Amino acid sequence: MITMENVSKSYKVAKRNAGFGEAVKSLFHREYETIQALKNVSFTIQDGEMVGYIGPNGAGKSSTIKILSGILTPDGGTVLVDDRVPYKDRIRHVGQIGVVFGQRSQLWWDVPVIDSFELLKDIYSISPQSYKQNLEELTELLDLGELLRSPTRQLSLGQRMRCELAASLLHDPRILFLDEPTIGLDAVSKLAVRDFIRKRNQLHGTTVLLTTHDMQDIEALSDRIILIGKGEILMDGTLDDIKKGNETIDETVAELYRSFDV
Amino acid sequence: MKDQFHNQSNSPIDESLSTITQKESTVTMHDAQTTFSNKSQGSIKKKSALRLWLHYVSINIRSAMQYKLSFFLMVLGQFFVSFSVFLGLYFMFQRFHSVKGYTYNEVLLCFAIFLMEFSLAEMSARGFDSFSSMVRTGSFDQVLVRPRNEVLQVLGSKFELTRIGRMLQALLMFVYAIPRCGVDWSFSKILTLLFMLIGGTALFSGIFMIYAAFCFFTLEGLEFMNVFTDGAREHGKYPIDVYGKKMLFFGTFLVPYALVQYYPLSYIIGKSDNPLLTFLPLLAILFLIPSYLFWRFGVRHYCSSGS
Repeated sequence: MITMENVSKSYKVAKRNAGFGEAVKSLFHREYETIQALKNVSFTIQDGEMVGYIGPNGAGKSSTIKILSGILTPDGGTVLVDDRVPYKDRIRHVGQIGVVFGQRSQLWWDVPVIDSFELLKDIYSISPQSYKQNLEELTELLDLGELLRSPTRQLSLGQRMRCELAASLLHDPRILFLDEPTIGLDAVSKLAVRDFIRKRNQLHGTTVLLTTHDMQDIEALSDRIILIGKGEILMDGTLDDIKKGNETIDETVAELYRSFDV
Repeated sequence: MKDQFHNQSNSPIDESLSTITQKESTVTMHDAQTTFSNKSQGSIKKKSALRLWLHYVSINIRSAMQYKLSFFLMVLGQFFVSFSVFLGLYFMFQRFHSVKGYTYNEVLLCFAIFLMEFSLAEMSARGFDSFSSMVRTGSFDQVLVRPRNEVLQVLGSKFELTRIGRMLQALLMFVYAIPRCGVDWSFSKILTLLFMLIGGTALFSGIFMIYAAFCFFTLEGLEFMNVFTDGAREHGKYPIDVYGKKMLFFGTFLVPYALVQYYPLSYIIGKSDNPLLTFLPLLAILFLIPSYLFWRFGVRHYCSSGS
């Protein structure tokens, strides 16, 4: 179970006007602006739920994921993931979760994908038996097959994303955080990724929290939507709650953003 | 959780219920195993850390071998960088026959040992040397979501085998200088040499770690830190006392270069016969403590980058 209660996080961001002179000036005297990335964010996610976490760019989605995965320490509030405080008990915590950042790769660029997997096996101290079992299952569900033997740099984005998903699930995590898993993918790859996430959730009861800008992802995957804007939770409900008549999902969400002025 | 599980399995899925319950039971077994291994930490943990590091080294080497030509050119380049320093030394000693009482061969020995210490550290702790890119691109996030010590992972992120070129150069000088510097090799002197290599590698690794820790605050690498790495490598070709008392003080108590260079060297070449000097280089390992503390301090201030 994931619980966030009144979590807040702010960043200090340096500001300056355009131009070379301004750049020199900022070298000596810098003006900072505090940006409140998260303001009193609270929500609870039960085991086995699939939750879509949406909101415009810079709304605080990634910050939330980073706090939940122990990368960032919040300024205030309480965070509990299966009774662990992520940022206090990092090593124990991250052994039980899987994280995929859609914009970054966790695979070694120059060696075959399987080599990266073998390294992850050692990092997570996965027993040979469960490693074999998990790898077989993931290979089948994600149709990895021959991909495992090619170096990461030669994979297409869609192929790579399938490998990334497998890499983050080798250690059988109970919770999976996906930060924009379908970004930049073609239609076929998107469908494959969605299909896989759904299957994984159904077969293993994996809790999934995913951020995305692709509303079809949400439609296909999550029963529950949490909308965040300017660091605040604006809505927590289901797709049916917000859908009116026969609007498309994109129109619905755009309408939603507008109504909250984010 | 179980309830929900069974609710879901009622919905039409292509997998049968029996396999799901089977999976469920393996999950719990897996959990039990993890708690067990958590209890029996200690030596097993250390062993697996070493194994993991070796795995990192191996994957780094496999990556480097993908680019054969680049690899060999890098090795060659590294060799010649140090070779040019050697040439400088050589031509200078054509003019002057000793520098503050040190002969050409003694200086060569000093340079060879110091260069070897440096390249060993650079080879293994390169991850810290190029750490600023890890912070800027956000790949340090990836380190933080893995259930392992951060230092081990950063060390493993880059193992620079191309520095073997520099090692080779050091080794050549070493082999050349040994029979010529008139050292009467005894067991304790060989031990001293070994300790110098260990202490020196630790010292430079510590400096690299401090360098990396600065990146948490500045995001960029700090070029001035090169004074302590590349600068030291260049100056360290002479025993540090040739630079005068102040430098010797600095090198003894602040950044302890002298512990892995001047003091033990003077024992090896017979300028001093204090046998305690054999163990002095090991003191340099203590330098890792403040380095590590500073690194920890930096990690706590890490605030990731956008997206």
